Amino acid sequence: MKAKYFAYPYVLWMAVFVVAPIFLVVYYAFITRDGTFTLANFSAMGRYTSVFARSFWLSAIATVICIIIGYPISYILAKENVRVQRIMIMLIMLPMWMNFLLRTYAWMSILENTGLLNRFLRFIGLPALRIINTQTAVIIGMVYNFVPFMILPIYSVIVKIDRSVIEAAQDLGASNSKVLTKLVIPLSLPGVLSGITMVFVPGVSTFVISQLLGGGKEMLLGDLIELQFLGAAYNPHLGSSISLVMMIIVVVFMYIMNRFGEGEESVML
Amino acid sequence: MSKELIRLSDCTMAFDQNVVLHNINLSINDQEFLTLLGPSGCGKTTMLRIIGGFQQPTSGDVYFDGVRINDVPPYKRTINTVFQKYALFTHLNVFENVAFGLKLQRPNGKKIDKEEINERVMEMLRVVSLKGFEKRSVSTLSGGQQQRVAIARALVNRPKVLLLDEPLGALDMRLRKDMQNELKRIQQMTGITFVYVTHDQEEALAMSDTVVVIEAGIIQQIGTPQHIYDEPQNAFVADFIGESNIVDGIMLSDNVVEIFGRKFQCIDSGFETNEPVDVVIRPEDIEIVPVENGMLTGTVINITFRGVLYDIIVDFAGYKWLIQTTALSPVGTRLGMRIQPEGIHIMKKSQFSGMFGDYSSYSVEYDEIGDAEHEVEIDPDAEDV
Repeated sequence: MKAKYFAYPYVLWMAVFVVAPIFLVVYYAFITRDGTFTLANFSAMGRYTSVFARSFWLSAIATVICIIIGYPISYILAKENVRVQRIMIMLIMLPMWMNFLLRTYAWMSILENTGLLNRFLRFIGLPALRIINTQTAVIIGMVYNFVPFMILPIYSVIVKIDRSVIEAAQDLGASNSKVLTKLVIPLSLPGVLSGITMVFVPGVSTFVISQLLGGGKEMLLGDLIELQFLGAAYNPHLGSSISLVMMIIVVVFMYIMNRFGEGEESVML
Repeated sequence: MSKELIRLSDCTMAFDQNVVLHNINLSINDQEFLTLLGPSGCGKTTMLRIIGGFQQPTSGDVYFDGVRINDVPPYKRTINTVFQKYALFTHLNVFENVAFGLKLQRPNGKKIDKEEINERVMEMLRVVSLKGFEKRSVSTLSGGQQQRVAIARALVNRPKVLLLDEPLGALDMRLRKDMQNELKRIQQMTGITFVYVTHDQEEALAMSDTVVVIEAGIIQQIGTPQHIYDEPQNAFVADFIGESNIVDGIMLSDNVVEIFGRKFQCIDSGFETNEPVDVVIRPEDIEIVPVENGMLTGTVINITFRGVLYDIIVDFAGYKWLIQTTALSPVGTRLGMRIQPEGIHIMKKSQFSGMFGDYSSYSVEYDEIGDAEHEVEIDPDAEDV
């Protein structure tokens, strides 16, 4: 019972830096500059519907691409021997230890009109591509930054599938492709679900990527919120209400995902 | 005599430098209940995996119905397996687990229709006494029920052969006994050939038509349970199957053996004159008589009550004999013993001679203690998924 005292610093930390800010956000969202109650902040948000839609849309695309790239990598990785697995996981994690800004700047210099990619294309005689300052560039940036968060949960589920279960499926007449579709994919679904959560949520609220790679033309929710707090449009009340609505949408989304996931989980256990 | 279904011909299996099976020759008949019996790490599971197609022998051939099947993958063999740890599909319910194989089958290139799958699955659930469980998640079932699902899942495909890898290993004693009867019943009802792997000699004797005793990757003896018990081939088999007193003897002539300097009548012949041999005497074959009538005399040094019988340990001429008797003789009693000629079994000397000391019975517990590292050793693919 003594052990619970060790949790106190953490509880305090949570109270000051997680719970209190959420209350502040809620509070600011419902008042005007003079401190009276209002819903005007929410009605003012109507103008930004397209920003909401764009943010969720781009994040969804990035998430789908992360699954398409991440699942095969996880699957192949889980079949390798332990030594190869360890090295590969290291390599996948390695970029995450570098500064996020630095990585994104690196993509700028790759995707620029006179960047590495276009110089290479010109070298092999192909026309240059306009990628920088487009939505494509933003998606590339998101996928690059978030794909490890898709690979790791999927990999850790696949690697735990018992070899004898796979042998049982083969024994019952499943060819290798059937083993994949009837067994490995259904069994790894919980990993995919947590991967989706870990990619989609930060994707919705990202702002540096859209500014650096999207050129700030295609404003995303993160940019909009930043603008209200730090930018010229200074309006923390509107910023708070946007944050609040985004938070609610994300929570609802996660709740639905988890309900779906729980259904799987209860069968899993 | 039913016909041969599976034949292993000169099968050798080696992982790197570690040879786990040496030139195995074994023939399995149609509709037979055959048990591969031996301590952990003896190679019995590897034999099963070769038959199932999960491993290919380093050398030698596997025949099924006269056709060589070395290169046929598991999913193309009409053989199904019940795995040691059940290996059920946790994302599917009981019905879907059992139906898994049927849904994959394409007899005449067509899917089996829903009606038939439904019928066959329900029928099989009835056979394993799991009617009414079809909607249940397999994770909510007890160990015994999970085992039945695993058996139903394999049998529903109507395989020619069912392989069972220590299927009752994880169950408690009572349930094991029930499931032994159940398995025997299912085997007789379906007429499917069972190849059963176990390290439990009682289980092997109770269920099998044929027992194959394996040790160190070599078949030590093949025979009916009765034959294996009554006429063990060597000291290992005598020790592993049942309890036994194994003593040194010298074959003086046909039907006469010398033990501890006394002559005993026996019914074995065909040995050289004065050939040293191993002599097996089962504890229940020793008759306790008054000292003056005994062929050997000794003192009772220990008694264990076993319910129907007493196990008593008697020191005859320095060797501690295990005797099973219904009559209680207190510790310290001097008594004599007689052995009928039929109770004496003569075996040729082998690499196992002298390994088992005084009255010996194979200890399952010891086997399990020594188990862990050996299993890892013989499974070099353990890392892969």
